[in-house]
Amino acid sequence: MLSWLDGNLVSMVDGVAYGLLLFTLAVGLSLVFGMMDVLNLAHGTLYLAGAYVAYALSDGSWLGLLVALLVGIGVGVAGGGLLAALTQPLAARGHLDQALLTLGIAFIAADVLVAVFGAQVLPTAPPDGLTGRTSMLGHSYPVYRLAFIGIAGALALLVYALFERSSIGALVRATVADRDMVRATGVDTRKVLFGVFAFGAALATVGGVLGAPILAPGPGVDETVLVLSLVVVVVGGLGSVPGALLGALLIGQVQTLGVAVLPTYAPFLLFGAMLVVLAWRPDGLVSLVRRG
Amino acid sequence: MSPVLVRAVVRRLVGAAVLVVLLALPWLVNAYAISTVSRILVFAALAISVNLLTGVTGLPTLGQSAYFGVGAYTGAIVSTTLSDVGPVQLVLAAGAGALAAAVTGPVAMRARGVAFLMITLAIGEIAYVAAGRLDAVTYGTDGYSGVPAVVPLPGIAPLVIDGLVYYYVLAVFLLLYGLVALLLRSPFGLALRGIRDNEDRLRAVGYPTTAFALAAYCIAGALAGAAGSMWTSAQRFVAPGDLGFDVAALALLAVIIGGLGSMWGASVGAALVVLTRDYLGGYVAGHGLLLLGVLFVVVVYAMPRGLSGVRRPRRTSEVRA
Repeated sequence: MLSWLDGNLVSMVDGVAYGLLLFTLAVGLSLVFGMMDVLNLAHGTLYLAGAYVAYALSDGSWLGLLVALLVGIGVGVAGGGLLAALTQPLAARGHLDQALLTLGIAFIAADVLVAVFGAQVLPTAPPDGLTGRTSMLGHSYPVYRLAFIGIAGALALLVYALFERSSIGALVRATVADRDMVRATGVDTRKVLFGVFAFGAALATVGGVLGAPILAPGPGVDETVLVLSLVVVVVGGLGSVPGALLGALLIGQVQTLGVAVLPTYAPFLLFGAMLVVLAWRPDGLVSLVRRG
Repeated sequence: MSPVLVRAVVRRLVGAAVLVVLLALPWLVNAYAISTVSRILVFAALAISVNLLTGVTGLPTLGQSAYFGVGAYTGAIVSTTLSDVGPVQLVLAAGAGALAAAVTGPVAMRARGVAFLMITLAIGEIAYVAAGRLDAVTYGTDGYSGVPAVVPLPGIAPLVIDGLVYYYVLAVFLLLYGLVALLLRSPFGLALRGIRDNEDRLRAVGYPTTAFALAAYCIAGALAGAAGSMWTSAQRFVAPGDLGFDVAALALLAVIIGGLGSMWGASVGAALVVLTRDYLGGYVAGHGLLLLGVLFVVVVYAMPRGLSGVRRPRRTSEVRA
């Protein structure tokens, strides 16, 4: 057992890093979906945009990373606001039209990004001091991934605290649970939607800026990331922050440890995980921890 | 004559005219154009499969490319190892598509509306990734080549010329179209529309709606599998790109353009989508994705009920996801 753990330690830590990255992506997708039933198929594009920002602006210095983060947040807020503004008028026509619109925007953005940055994968270097590898319990491991686990873990805690412990979070959760009731108490739920859309999008672009050295930007990355976030949201439970966290950590392990242990079945592990979780907990993993 | 009767006569006449044009086409256009029309027919069969779920049953899907791929690879494997007779490949491919749908369908059946779209998208993407990695079965990203020319019926010479392959594809398409049209007129087809319009009410009067929806999912899987086999016969080559996300997205777009629930609309939509991609795409080389995205945005904003909805008054039975 111990030797098995030792042999797969690198995969498991990789899985944590990957899971936390997926969490930053899935939160926005899950909340927007839970709140307004808007399925944002351009969500992967936001990650990709953030990763390209990191590639273009981070020159290895800490200042470069900070600038990239600020620009990334700006891109995310603008992108999220734009998506909210474009999908809102279609709300009366049904959610399929909204999803298709975001899909069209994702295609357009993917084409524009290829035109600007080219069709190759662009490896992005982490800032100085976080390059290279370190020793972790006798295994060589990239320093940046450990730092990423720290930063993304703190970010996840912050998001969790914001949504589960603050009054703004309570308002958002209430809007997810019963939009009409919140509106009846005099809250403009459209503002809440715009806010959550922009916040979730900014989280996805920040994930892109920080994640670029791990999952480098390139054509098709938006699609990969979108599908993984969708699976996380389905597995975790729609419209829930704890659900997204549980789902992301599980899918992170499935994609790293699972693939390392069962390479033959690698293409089907993602579907297998979805099948098992939905058969066991039809409402997603969040039903394990939901209060009351 | 009453307006209803006039409309029925007009519809018959238009149908007959389209059929005559389709039959005469190999004498009218060149070989490249005829292979494009073959691709359109395959794509229209896939669109009819998507329509059966999205338009008729009210389950929006982005995953039919998975069963299309299962059918295409099954057709390729059967043709190289078992039989070059088209109908044999077709039946086995449809069976494989139905089986794959029966295995994966129960997961998707847990959701409705946009959440269904979400799960089917994941299924489609996983199938695409699997096709690229399962080298032993699919020859990975190199693609499955060496598919022999299709034999339409035992005893007939293999079809090598594009025009003859086109007739095989057309015959299969018309057969599938007729079968689905019959299905939609049956009580089962009515029940599927009932699921779309008000599933709770249908369940309340005693219909096992989930079982019905799953059955529709398997039938749509079989249909997509058959379309995959048509694709293999027409192209004689299968690669993972044939079941990519853009295929699923284009098929859904074709159904939306055609108008949800309309079979002829889905077929015309498929033609428009393929022509846009193949011909218009030539003028904006390398920007096919951009064109596709713009098409999506335009269709969503400008044609909420599609081609078949243009002359029809607004109905209440649209997909409300």
